[in-house]
Amino acid sequence: MTIDATIPPGKDKPAGSILNDPKVRGIIYQAVTLLLLIAFVYWVAMNTSENLKRANIASGYGFLKGRAGFDVGQSLIAYSSDSTYGRALVVGFFNTILVAVAGIITATIIGFLVGIGRLSKNWLIAKLSMVYVEIFRNIPPLLVIFFWYSGVLAVLPQPKESLALPLDMYINNRGLAFPRPVFDSGSQFILLAFVIAVIGSILFTRYANKKQMETGERLPVLWTVLGLLIGLPLLTYFVTGMPISFDVPVAGKFNLTGGSVVGPEFLSLFLALSFYTASFIAEIVRSGIRGVSHGQSEAAHALGIRPGLTTRLVVVPQAMRIIIPPLTSQYLNLTKNSSLAIAIGYSDLVSTGGTILNQTGQAIEIVSIWIVVYLTLSLSTSAIMNWFNAKMALVER
Amino acid sequence: MNTHQTNFVRTSMLEQSTPPVLEKGYIAWIRKNLVATPLDAVLTIIAILALAWVLPPAIKWLFIDASWTGGGRGVCATAAQGGSQPEGWSGACWAFVGAKFDVFMFGRYPIDERWRPMLVGALFIALLVPILIPRIPYKGLNAILLFGVLPILSFFILIGGVLGLPYVETPLWGGLMVTLILSFVGIAVSLPLGIVLALGRRSTMPVIRLLCTTFIEIVRGIPLITVLFMASVMLPLFLPQGMTVDKFLRAVIGVSLFASAYMAEVVRGGLQAIPKGQAEGADSLGLSYWQKMRLIILPQALKLVIPGIVNTFIGLFKDTSLVSIIGMFDLLGIVRQNFSDANWASPVTPLSGLVFAGFVFWLFCFGMSRYSGFMERKLDKGHKR
Repeated sequence: MTIDATIPPGKDKPAGSILNDPKVRGIIYQAVTLLLLIAFVYWVAMNTSENLKRANIASGYGFLKGRAGFDVGQSLIAYSSDSTYGRALVVGFFNTILVAVAGIITATIIGFLVGIGRLSKNWLIAKLSMVYVEIFRNIPPLLVIFFWYSGVLAVLPQPKESLALPLDMYINNRGLAFPRPVFDSGSQFILLAFVIAVIGSILFTRYANKKQMETGERLPVLWTVLGLLIGLPLLTYFVTGMPISFDVPVAGKFNLTGGSVVGPEFLSLFLALSFYTASFIAEIVRSGIRGVSHGQSEAAHALGIRPGLTTRLVVVPQAMRIIIPPLTSQYLNLTKNSSLAIAIGYSDLVSTGGTILNQTGQAIEIVSIWIVVYLTLSLSTSAIMNWFNAKMALVER
Repeated sequence: MNTHQTNFVRTSMLEQSTPPVLEKGYIAWIRKNLVATPLDAVLTIIAILALAWVLPPAIKWLFIDASWTGGGRGVCATAAQGGSQPEGWSGACWAFVGAKFDVFMFGRYPIDERWRPMLVGALFIALLVPILIPRIPYKGLNAILLFGVLPILSFFILIGGVLGLPYVETPLWGGLMVTLILSFVGIAVSLPLGIVLALGRRSTMPVIRLLCTTFIEIVRGIPLITVLFMASVMLPLFLPQGMTVDKFLRAVIGVSLFASAYMAEVVRGGLQAIPKGQAEGADSLGLSYWQKMRLIILPQALKLVIPGIVNTFIGLFKDTSLVSIIGMFDLLGIVRQNFSDANWASPVTPLSGLVFAGFVFWLFCFGMSRYSGFMERKLDKGHKR
């Protein structure tokens, strides 16, 4: 600023009240805000401590060591009602992760299919995709959860009349029973083969990229990688004498025996979150692909690149750059929406936390745990996606 | 020698020939839109098979086999379940929805007093319609009436206790009425609050910026249900003894704060899209900060993000269904509560009720998104090259 030049020599400040200086004003505003905030927090803290004292609730996280005394429907780690509150929360956390990861994978697949479908030249496919998006985007996810839970899964037949699905799966009103893989000795070699295949794929992709940069020759990366990832473990499976068998559920007289079962709570939450989020992902994918200017594909055609290659090498990489940031926020939304589990009693973090909250009254501690966990999940997901985004953006030059 | 006339001049027009049959009419349309390539043909066949598999049973369930009238669960249950329908019957139970329609709309609001929510609804529509039609003048006055006067007036009409109206406590409120009130208040609060938060996040004062950023990021990072839990469980802890906040009000506070954080990010997107020259121009004219924002920056920024704002509204409207988890009876909550009504409980009741609730939610959200598309096209004209 050139204001200084107008100040007569010997005078430090322009004439006028000091209150008209935006800097001074800013400091005053901030000081007042800060004071008000501190006063408010102090008032809240005083009230809270008094209320807690009256309700005889000891603050602090000591209660986490207490005996939980309630059961959870489904757990990935060992848990019984004798476990501690802390362990119950860990169980809930893992269940949240489980449904979020499963939902994200399914929602991405459905979302991409529907999003590409909306751009299809096939009228029927485009209209069907549009109807899907317009229906699911405009209905609350909670309602979709109840639709699956009390509308569909609850009216399925009893276990003794289970409906048979392909691949030896059965579905009834207690959930979905599916074959459980049993790992005998020797199956560790298959895992090892898979790890080797992953490393081999990475090395081969790098080599292929380098070769293309040097000579312009394109190696069949996709097929080689697929062959490695599927073929090598499969080969090991047969060489080591088929060490993996399946414990298949069998329909008995009254119940199913064998196999693994996922409850209707998980199923309805998973289906609802996938279907609901997929409609948003579809819109993101559509706008991403349409966001790539038409000149790009025309230029590729002019260079004589085939339509399939044009899509893969020209359109998709540029579309991904538009797609990834909103896709990240949809993944986060799905993770956060998984907290709707509490409505149907799937033991996720919020649901177990709610039970503990009712039992112990430790509202502040439970809510603080929720906030910390969800914030960590949000921030780490966006960090990973930002990293991926930066990597995609680098492809530019 | 001149007998050879080589020049030829046509004196009559040729008969117009029809276009090739494959290039005209529905056959061409099918060829172009359904079976252009072998892959397209396969996809079309799959889609038709899927439709044939889903649509007829759905239509049969929803309309043909549905029981439309009746006074109890008998019409919606098979003989084995204690009803009058034949064995193996399954169809929508619209009789349930019809019998409970008033409850779904007003909850347990006293029957003699239901003219009050209806009056509020009529006032709301009377004020909303003119504000939605761009040609009608006096938008400022209209907005003040809609967002300033109407909420206060409605509050007194609905809760009563004045002017001889009987007092109706908020736990009696329910149904679509609660959904609409929650989302309307949420919208009316979250837009201004979101604008303030967005301005705060872009402020040059570090303390204000830090406060706004922290609030926005925390609220956006956690699920709404935890915010509602906070509002319903922790708010009473924070207040001095004897001071209580109505449960309804707690939900309103939770929903509004949650939505305003999202609104703030949408508005911030708009603010960032306005070139710096606009703010500098306003500064050089000697406008104060608030004049600059009100007259120059915000009108441009908000216009840019209308789709985002409406999307936040739609999200807010859908999110109000979560209050049923903390024990309030909005549309979804009241529909679910009535599943267990012994007079109507049957295997098809839940699905029928949910389909009805879903349709109502869909109608509102779809309407909002269509209106936003219309406004977008209308306002976009200035930017078209």
